[in-house]
Amino acid sequence: MIKVEIDGKACEAPQGSTILDIAKANGIDIPTLCYDPRLSPYGACRLCLVEVEGARALLPACYAKADDGMVIQTTNEKLERIRKTLVELLVSDHPMECQGCSKSGRCELQRLADKYGVTESTFTGEVHEYDLHRENPFVMRDYNKCIMCGRCIRICREVQGIGVYDFINRGFKAVPGTPYDKPMQETPCEFCGQCISTCPTGAIKARPYEDRGRVAALDMLRNACAYFKMPEEDMMKALGLEGWVTRTTCAYCGCGCQLDIHVIDNKIVEITSPLMVGSGQGNLCVKGRFGYDFVSSSERLTKPLIRKKGKFEEAEWDEALDLVAKKLSETKKKSCPDSIGVFSSARATNEDNYLVQKFARAVIGTNNVDHCARL
Amino acid sequence: MTNTMDDIETAKAILVIGSNTTECHPIIGLRIKKAVMNNECKLIVAEPKHIRLCYYADRWLQLKPGTDVALINGLMNVIIAEGLADEEFINNRCECDRYDELKELVKSYTPEKVEEITGVPAGDIREAARTFASAENAAIIYAMGITQHTTGTDNVVTLANLAMMTGNIGKPGTGVNPLRGQNNVQGACDVGALPNVLTGYKPVTDAETREKFEKAWGVKLPEEVGLTATEMMEAAAEGKIKAMYIVGENPMLSDANIRHAEKALKNLDFLVVQDIFLTETAELADVVLPAASFAEKEGTFSATDRRVQRVRKAFEPPGEARPDNEIVADIAKRMGYEMENVEPAAVMDEIASLTPQYGGYSHARLDSLPDGESLHWPCTDAEHPGTPILHTTVFTRGKGWFAPVEWQAPAEQPDEEYPLTLTTGRVLWQYHTGTMTRKSEGINEIDPNGKVWISPDDAAKYGVENGKKAVVTTRRGDIDIEAKVTERVPNGVIFIPFHYTEAAANVLTNDVVDPVSKVPEFKVSAARVKAK
Ligand code: SF4
Ligand code: SF4
Repeated sequence: MIKVEIDGKACEAPQGSTILDIAKANGIDIPTLCYDPRLSPYGACRLCLVEVEGARALLPACYAKADDGMVIQTTNEKLERIRKTLVELLVSDHPMECQGCSKSGRCELQRLADKYGVTESTFTGEVHEYDLHRENPFVMRDYNKCIMCGRCIRICREVQGIGVYDFINRGFKAVPGTPYDKPMQETPCEFCGQCISTCPTGAIKARPYEDRGRVAALDMLRNACAYFKMPEEDMMKALGLEGWVTRTTCAYCGCGCQLDIHVIDNKIVEITSPLMVGSGQGNLCVKGRFGYDFVSSSERLTKPLIRKKGKFEEAEWDEALDLVAKKLSETKKKSCPDSIGVFSSARATNEDNYLVQKFARAVIGTNNVDHCARL
Repeated sequence: MTNTMDDIETAKAILVIGSNTTECHPIIGLRIKKAVMNNECKLIVAEPKHIRLCYYADRWLQLKPGTDVALINGLMNVIIAEGLADEEFINNRCECDRYDELKELVKSYTPEKVEEITGVPAGDIREAARTFASAENAAIIYAMGITQHTTGTDNVVTLANLAMMTGNIGKPGTGVNPLRGQNNVQGACDVGALPNVLTGYKPVTDAETREKFEKAWGVKLPEEVGLTATEMMEAAAEGKIKAMYIVGENPMLSDANIRHAEKALKNLDFLVVQDIFLTETAELADVVLPAASFAEKEGTFSATDRRVQRVRKAFEPPGEARPDNEIVADIAKRMGYEMENVEPAAVMDEIASLTPQYGGYSHARLDSLPDGESLHWPCTDAEHPGTPILHTTVFTRGKGWFAPVEWQAPAEQPDEEYPLTLTTGRVLWQYHTGTMTRKSEGINEIDPNGKVWISPDDAAKYGVENGKKAVVTTRRGDIDIEAKVTERVPNGVIFIPFHYTEAAANVLTNDVVDPVSKVPEFKVSAARVKAK
């Protein structure tokens, strides 16, 4: 363990921690843009520069390892002036049309612009105009909003191990693009959406929610966040709607990734995964992130069905349950309990599975109960 | 898994066998890649197809389908011959005379002989064995490519031999790690949805166990082991099973030899299916009960590394659909049995009270865990911190038991009439029988239909063209399916993912099962293919 002092506060941390790690652990906020705990430090955005007593230059907190006895200042007039200038520079080439942007309320640039009171930049110069990339069903790219933090490039390479993106073009025209600007479905992209989850601005967005699943209430939320300069979670709290996000477990494979399901009007409007929580650490796969339209599919069963004269007819619950109970009781009595078979489900919860096997054993009286573990 | 998902990143060598991890367990795939990219871990991939993990592998052992036991015995042969076994671990933790027997058996599995059986060059076998055995810690990861064979149990046992022999069990970055195919296979097994055991894997044949549950449930319990899913199908076909209650399963797409399953289900006097969609199986039912989806109910799932996690209700089920627990309890009531606990939290308490491994779980405890913390079972009481790594000091039975096994060929061999080996599996985009993923617009834009993968040489030989329809036939039946000509499958092997009802791979698969585990041999059938 090492001991350091940050903004006058004595902190302890394991050897090898960065200044940013220690600050975070101690509730001290250092602004960042190119940082994501899932990635190795990059030190490109310079927002996290801090002053270390005795050091010759300012140090990027995300990169610099803390030494025992270090005395660190994360904020002072000089640092804040630098940060404000950096934000102004970024904003100068960023269309601040936050109303209508689906990242509004959780955009890291928006938060910093609000914090430093930057609305329009004092810098004027050439601005970019790129077409929207929406050639695939999942990942939508709007390079006008890109701030060149490289997080998408890095997450695809470092976490997903794929490397779909790299900086293409040179100088002013550089953007993180696909090889030869190919549509993403012609690259090895797995549509995991990790790049969406890390992009700090509205440059990379989830298309299903951006395009097709557009919900008026969600647009209102985004606009309100932009108007009142409020982060999403604060806004939802203010509206008394903090329950709109439900933490749960993915229902696909056995990795058990943790999901945050965002719900409006009984519909899933977006799925994200909490950072550094559970097996996925904030990463998901295409199924977990995008595969949940089925929940609100119009093909869902909504009423019991009973086959009458070869055809299904809708029935009331009482009628259906009575019939099931009668038939199973009859079979049990006429033949024997072992002439009934029960299939439980590897997709159902532990509690449901427990009740189903209890039902087979205690109610029917058979051990003929299994699920598709083998299939 | 004996170890956890987080733990994989710390391994210095990983053997992935019979698992297309990046597609079927993507997040575990990330962990493996991370081990390779950040931890200098050497990855050995044993797999007939070229899978994405091969790009990250130190060595790819392209074995013929169904030759796993021979390959692993070959690795052990080299490890013994070169003195790389962990004698200390074997002496302290295992039954030594069993080890002598294993030594005796693998003697004949020289790399040269194994090359003949598996097609993997002897030199690669030697190198892979050295890499695995000399790593500081080495993990084995496997999935259905190991279990879905008539020799599935042998395959698993052989992998355990390898892990024990190299001392790779009970410490971080090691272990024998099966990846369960579905979100809650682990949990369904843990809570007794199996014909031979009650919760916590307690045998139904054990009088003491039964007594405990009889007391808790207030009824007399059946004493004989029940039928497995595959056996129930067989019994239904023979008319021995007359009624079935199927909760959330779709055997009409997931069973081997679907046509047979269809006959079996149609032969029933009464079939009730409880599901969220009118699945292929529900179509055959007499009564269909609409159930709530995972987003519409409370409960828990147990991930493949024994991590029990909460499932929470986000909104109400559509229409009159109801959660499974309530439906089951209602039927029970109508049959004269009042279930004491129906609410999920109370049911978990009941499970905890009857299941030592789950003794420390409750919804309240799981809800109050700090972000980022998990509880892996065994977790025996409310203070127990969980058990991320199993077998750290002793094995469940005490001393490690080596079980030497000879390699046996799969049930069906290619012959003149059916010259190809068909193997099945999943692709990244889809999940199991497609009931859920195939209703996702975006996913189906990327992956609209099933394809049979065939090598360029075989395609030319059998007149099949890329993107055109082909007919694949086995002794069970035939399907029409688009051909994908790719070098990712070797000559003589074709691959079909089983998600697609209109080109259902399981019309073709062989329903012959492993004698112990009763898992059908999905991974090997003899087949032929021609252009349509
Ligand atoms: S979706 Fe995933 S694989 Fe595709 S570019 Fe983004 S991070 Fe890379
Ligand atoms: S998000 Fe993907 S990897 Fe994670 S549990 Fe769901 S299906 Fe599995």
